[in-house]
Amino acid sequence: MNFDPRFAGRNFTSVGTRPIRPDGVDKVTGRARYGADFNMAGQLVGRVLRSPHAHATIRKIDTSKAEKLAGVKAVITAADLPDLTDGDAAMYDILDNCMARKKALYDGHAVAAVAAVDARTARQALKLIEVDYEVLPHVTDVDEAMKHSAPVLNDAIFTEGLEEKPAKPSNVAKRTQYGHGDVHQGFGQADFVVERSFKTEQTHQGYIEPHACVANVSSDGTADLWVCTQGHFVYRQHCAQLLGMEASKLRVTSSEIGGGFGGKTHVWAEPVALALSRKAGRPVKLVMTRDEVFRASGPTSATSIDVRIGARKDGTITAAEATLRYSCGPYAGMWAELGAMTAFACYRLENVKTVGYEVLVNRPKTAAYRAPSAPMAAFAVESAVDELAKEVGMDPVEFRIRNAAREGTRSSYGPVYGPIGIGPTLEAAKNHPHMKAPLGKNQGRGMACGFWFNFGGQTCTDLNIGMDGSVSLAVGTVDVGGSRASLSLVAAEELGIAYEHVKAVVADTSSLGYNDMTDGSRGTFSSSMATISAARNAIKILRERAAQTWDIPVEDVVWEKGHAIAKGEKYGNLAALSLKEIAAKSGTTGGPIAGHSELVADGAGVSFATHICDIEVDPETGATRVLRYTVVQDAGKAVHPTYVEGQYQGGAAQGIGWALNEEYIYGKDGRLQNPGFLDYRIPVCSDLPMIDTQILEIPNPNHPYGVRGVGETSIVPPLAAIANAVSNAAGVRMTHIPMSPPRILAAIEAERGD
Amino acid sequence: MAGVAVSTTINGDNFEYLCQPDETLLDVLRDRLGLTGAKEGCGTGDCGACSIILDDRLVCSCLVLGAEAEGRRVETIEGMAHGDTLHPLQQKFLEHAALQCGICTPGFLIAAKDLLAKNPDPTEEEIRFGLAGNLCRCTGYDKIVRAVQDAANVMKGA
Repeated sequence: MNFDPRFAGRNFTSVGTRPIRPDGVDKVTGRARYGADFNMAGQLVGRVLRSPHAHATIRKIDTSKAEKLAGVKAVITAADLPDLTDGDAAMYDILDNCMARKKALYDGHAVAAVAAVDARTARQALKLIEVDYEVLPHVTDVDEAMKHSAPVLNDAIFTEGLEEKPAKPSNVAKRTQYGHGDVHQGFGQADFVVERSFKTEQTHQGYIEPHACVANVSSDGTADLWVCTQGHFVYRQHCAQLLGMEASKLRVTSSEIGGGFGGKTHVWAEPVALALSRKAGRPVKLVMTRDEVFRASGPTSATSIDVRIGARKDGTITAAEATLRYSCGPYAGMWAELGAMTAFACYRLENVKTVGYEVLVNRPKTAAYRAPSAPMAAFAVESAVDELAKEVGMDPVEFRIRNAAREGTRSSYGPVYGPIGIGPTLEAAKNHPHMKAPLGKNQGRGMACGFWFNFGGQTCTDLNIGMDGSVSLAVGTVDVGGSRASLSLVAAEELGIAYEHVKAVVADTSSLGYNDMTDGSRGTFSSSMATISAARNAIKILRERAAQTWDIPVEDVVWEKGHAIAKGEKYGNLAALSLKEIAAKSGTTGGPIAGHSELVADGAGVSFATHICDIEVDPETGATRVLRYTVVQDAGKAVHPTYVEGQYQGGAAQGIGWALNEEYIYGKDGRLQNPGFLDYRIPVCSDLPMIDTQILEIPNPNHPYGVRGVGETSIVPPLAAIANAVSNAAGVRMTHIPMSPPRILAAIEAERGD
Repeated sequence: MAGVAVSTTINGDNFEYLCQPDETLLDVLRDRLGLTGAKEGCGTGDCGACSIILDDRLVCSCLVLGAEAEGRRVETIEGMAHGDTLHPLQQKFLEHAALQCGICTPGFLIAAKDLLAKNPDPTEEEIRFGLAGNLCRCTGYDKIVRAVQDAANVMKGA
């Protein structure tokens, strides 16, 4: 492979246009098949029994009555999923989360499952399973869980990352630290210091499609799994390992996916469905209810964060420090670490220190949620930055511009930045008409910045040219929001043919090499890199075929605008050969023409955004209204600008919900009080204004077209931007997310001295 | 439980089916009749992904029993296009990229069709409140509202 991924400026023909997506018609006519839309002959209905307790030892499970019920074909418990993880702690946690082994660790933790001929029989069977629980003390709050008096969830957890191993187990799984310089010295140089503590509540990704799969294990040991997932290759690995299968014997097909946002990067129901199918000897369909989605899948971390930032009178930040505590659910994670890495990534700092604590609580296992962990850290930091700007007496945008990271800055988490977009997004925000629009009574404006790393990773793509000159593109990154359109544009661009002649599909795990998941904003970034590489490999063959046809050296054949051209005056009489003409003769010139690519997409360009919003606060009720919202974000290169805008708008809307409404509410009994869309209220159409977007394009030097990931950064600034707007409107600093009406009203009343 | 025999009209075609007395119309459509365009996002009438039109009324099919369809007219997403000609709302949803994952799209299209049937010239606010019973987690609704506005203009001119 001699593929050169470096950015090379070019004039685009297809990239940057806005065609209709290839999967569009199926999705507006109801024909697209999602996780729950697939059926097999002889299929059974799977259902999962879940713990009603936040923390309980499972003494005994008696499934005998359920097994005897007519129509029940299989009942499984943890005994049917033996531990094959071979010391892999992370896989063991996944196994234990799929089916509780010794203890139920949260309300909703799976303890048994059944497969029956229909849903009614399955539900009846669940009621016949007798579980003998010994209820244990529980803890659901992140700060409470860190106290010495808190019940310890796992006696084997001794805080990692300390100089000495602690004497006792605790709920703090790990401590991590990032930064450079000397913050003590830095604060000594500060004329102003702001110090604040913040909390954010747990939210769910809120995808509208519940987890769903159909598993079919054959008696010869092979299996098929149809599933809505962000990463069918990863699901295959995890399921195969947990069930003791060879990965190649398990074919996983990703269905259309009805939203994921990080929440469909983890197996929950799939190993259970496979185990049920294996035991029953029939296909099993397992679809979560919404209640189960809330109680047992997702969510993101609840957090508690302390921030301290100091600046000189001239507005230069001299030191920045944060302590971040993130809930992980009952298993160790790296959520606080991601918060500690991203917290100050927007700024050019000489002295910075962040410390993260991963905290176990009796809540569902934390899953990634769009730029996982960054929005909470940004909320805390950007709120404090706004306050500090006020103390210094500077405009919040000017203050940020003065301290913004730039090319060559050593980031707070270590690497030195290449060309980046934080400065340009701030300048664009400063000059945006939104910034100058007048505000009315009880209205406030807020702005904030956000950062996300973006991932690359393992990627494999096939590009096959048919004899009619049309192109099939088989990719392995699940399309969560239009990537088949963007990748078709890239293939069309590289080959020099029309978008309409390219058809992109997401291949199953038996048809293509391994691909990492669609996460970390990597879908279009990595698969476009692999598509470009595959197309260039195909072009090499197309040139060879043309050279063969003309009987001239291949070195004399170039590829331009979809045609092979013989270069040089001596070939003046040779008419250019189109891709279609070469393809038509492929059967007699050497057979099928294809290009393949297997690569690790390194060099995902970091991503920055600046958001501006106007909020009106009703001082009598604490109710809020979002009046105006603007997103400015660097895309590197927007392959399909409409879908880039869609990512910006969608992330902003999720952030608005998180900031103002959404939260997991636990009762004193440790049970989730609001596991439904009525009580866990995500933004509806009438809650939001139009969301304006401005796409900046600062090319990523590590991608041939300059592409950066765009999917996640848009959820990073909203919590802070809205908190700053609400604080400006209400005249009191808001430090607890979500800023629901009761919290805002309480803050206003406390400020007034009511 | 004994099944209930139901005769109904779905997208203009006559259908007869047996269903359980406690079975939702959504389950009948999806599991018995193979009409999987309506989606179950919540099963409690909160998300609108299962929206259908029942005798000119927009309903969540997860809150209607299969037996209640007896003698009535059911319209689902599968009946929205005429042959290979898309309804203007479907066409405008595509042109405006008013869908990302697409799971909520059938419900939004049905709800928007019902809205425009009752109010052919809605304001932005009327569209936003008219579609407030349908959840979308991907788009932030911006492009959905624009697509409905555009479709309303096309349909007025038709």
